Amino acid sequence: MSPGHVNAVVVGAGAGGGVVAKELSEAGLSVVILERGDWVSFETYGQDELINQRTTVLGNAYGPDDRSPRVVEGAPGNWSVVMPNDGAYNNNAACVGSGTVSYGAMAWRYMEKDFLMRSTYGRPEGSTLEDWPLTYADLEPCYEKAEREVGVSGDMSANPFAAPRRSPYPMPAFAYNREGVMLEAAAKRLGLHPFPIPMLRNSVPYGGRNACIHNRYCCGFACPNNAKNGTQNTVIPRAIASGNCELRTRCTAYEVVVDDHAVARGVRYFDGDDRAQYQTADMVVVCGGAIETARLLLNSKSKLFPNGAGNRYDWVGRNLQGHAYSGADGLFEEETFDDVGPGATVAVSDYSHGNPGVTGGAMLCNEFIRPPYGFSGMRPPGEPSWGKAHKDFQRRFFKRSVSLRGPVQEMPVFDVRAQIDPSVRDHWGIPVVRLSGNRHPLDIEAGRFIAARAEQWLRESGAIATWRNIPGKGAGSGQHQAGTCRMGSDPKTSVTNRFGQLHEVENLFVADASLHVTNGGFNPALTILALGYWVGGHIKGRWKGGALT
Amino acid sequence: MSEFQPLHRESRGFSRRTALKLGIVGVIGAASGAGSTALVAHLAKAPRPRYRFFTEDEAALLIEICDQIIPQDDTPGARETGAISYIDRQLCGALVRHRSAYRQGLESFRQTCKAVHGAPFESLATPGKIEALRLIESGRAPAGLWSDPSAAGFFGLVLAHTMQSFYGSPKHGGNRNYASYHMLGLDYPQVAGQNRYKGPST
Repeated sequence: MSPGHVNAVVVGAGAGGGVVAKELSEAGLSVVILERGDWVSFETYGQDELINQRTTVLGNAYGPDDRSPRVVEGAPGNWSVVMPNDGAYNNNAACVGSGTVSYGAMAWRYMEKDFLMRSTYGRPEGSTLEDWPLTYADLEPCYEKAEREVGVSGDMSANPFAAPRRSPYPMPAFAYNREGVMLEAAAKRLGLHPFPIPMLRNSVPYGGRNACIHNRYCCGFACPNNAKNGTQNTVIPRAIASGNCELRTRCTAYEVVVDDHAVARGVRYFDGDDRAQYQTADMVVVCGGAIETARLLLNSKSKLFPNGAGNRYDWVGRNLQGHAYSGADGLFEEETFDDVGPGATVAVSDYSHGNPGVTGGAMLCNEFIRPPYGFSGMRPPGEPSWGKAHKDFQRRFFKRSVSLRGPVQEMPVFDVRAQIDPSVRDHWGIPVVRLSGNRHPLDIEAGRFIAARAEQWLRESGAIATWRNIPGKGAGSGQHQAGTCRMGSDPKTSVTNRFGQLHEVENLFVADASLHVTNGGFNPALTILALGYWVGGHIKGRWKGGALT
Repeated sequence: MSEFQPLHRESRGFSRRTALKLGIVGVIGAASGAGSTALVAHLAKAPRPRYRFFTEDEAALLIEICDQIIPQDDTPGARETGAISYIDRQLCGALVRHRSAYRQGLESFRQTCKAVHGAPFESLATPGKIEALRLIESGRAPAGLWSDPSAAGFFGLVLAHTMQSFYGSPKHGGNRNYASYHMLGLDYPQVAGQNRYKGPST
């Protein structure tokens, strides 16, 4: 393919970018994807307990590397430089497929109320809580397409709280593992409505790929069997197969060029040999994840936008959200471990909304199998963390412990943000992002509620000891990062319109979780994929006669 | 548990294998030819680079600390499974940023034991060792002896790295013979139904 001018540059080959690239290239547009990471495979790190997406003590299996530092605020005014394998970095990933290579692959649709949070709960003081400019019904066809084209196994028939769907899942749900069977029965005794977790993972052979082999380690790792579905093994290969899409890896974008007429002209980037390059295009779609997308827009300064593209009203990088994860851990007399991976199988949505005195809530489910190193830090309060007691606890309880966790929906806060650090630069000399802010106190309240419910569920399941996990004060977005380029109808209080198009730059789009007005009480991957179809579909509809109309 | 031999046996003598690794055997041969026993004696005494980062004294102390963090009982502990190899190797790799914390922390630790217990850590009986470690862990050690790292910070570092060595893949230097996986009854590789245990044999 000619390296010349193209119709669209997509920045980032993750969940959003992969889908947009596929949608546009199959519609006949010429597309270049710029991805700062590279292709990764299972073979590179295998199932290394210390180098994966959940345990990064010896390195970051799915990128980025130490060429990409960030700055984070600890105590107020106390900024420090952190590397990607530090939890405070709030890394997602940097590789083809991004987080969808190594994620746990839960495939949640948000609920109707998740798009109507302000209408449902009002606007708590200290929050920018708002409704989405689109409804669940608007996004439903895109959810369906994501489930079909990327591949989801599930069955929502036992969940009365699930939003309506037009068609069944393309693959049957996974069976419960031993934990799941036990938890399902206990949930029913409590009057809850347990159901199998929908997964972007093949319960049967699908899309030319294998069925899941129930590896012990899945969440945090690439799949050795190609049974976990990300954009790297579904829509990106389709985009490339269209003949219209070129994927350039190890290419780090640093500026979207916006001219004096508020038209995006292309993207400047450093290629794999650190040479500055410029790719011109008819449009630019930024899909770098909530933190890096905000960074790129903020670093894209022009005459019209001296504070960054789309940032006239200082909303780019604001309202950074993740999830205020909460839950409980429990110990059992009998073995709960059956080594049937990945482990997380059963959920309830009874606590997603309608919790008395609580704003929002969370889906609650059992955790993925924890490697022994991770389990070494899982102790009830007061339990010794070393010595013979440590070994005794590991031996007795590694196979007799269950964790329940819920991604508590966060209240967006204006001052939880990603901004450009005034002095620190990365390997390429690009100003890095700095992260700061505390989560809303209501998130912690909701977290306490969810943790108490989790503890109750564990006790009903027969736990002999339980303890709660409550979120801390400091915001942490991590792999669920969202919200920094909010979509909305008012240009003064949002960054893009309801189609991910910047209010003031018509041919510049965002298609990732940056758009999320709120982040649901669920893992966000399927919603990001759906937004890729939503934004991509809009662009396709407006592409007529070789131009954006 | 016969497959879990103490690992330090190898390091007690100057084995022919080590000599080969150091390229000394050939030199000895040549020197013998020249009849220079003095040179042979000199070469044999040359310090062996057993550790990449630690001095012998530092390593000896750290091994004793790790040994308390995960002690041997009816299954191997951190000492037997190579915690020192893991930490020493990783301090020249992914954990390079912790070098000064170890260098300073081990020195502060040594001084603390001298000041509080009047004896080197290595010479204490097990209950004394545990007590000494609890003092460090809780940050109650004499403040004047600790600054950067703090006593509790140093303990946390050694605790985390010992756990990593014990539960991480053997390829990183610890968890010799997949000992922790044996201890937990976990099969390897990690696919149900493919439970071949493929740790290297000793």
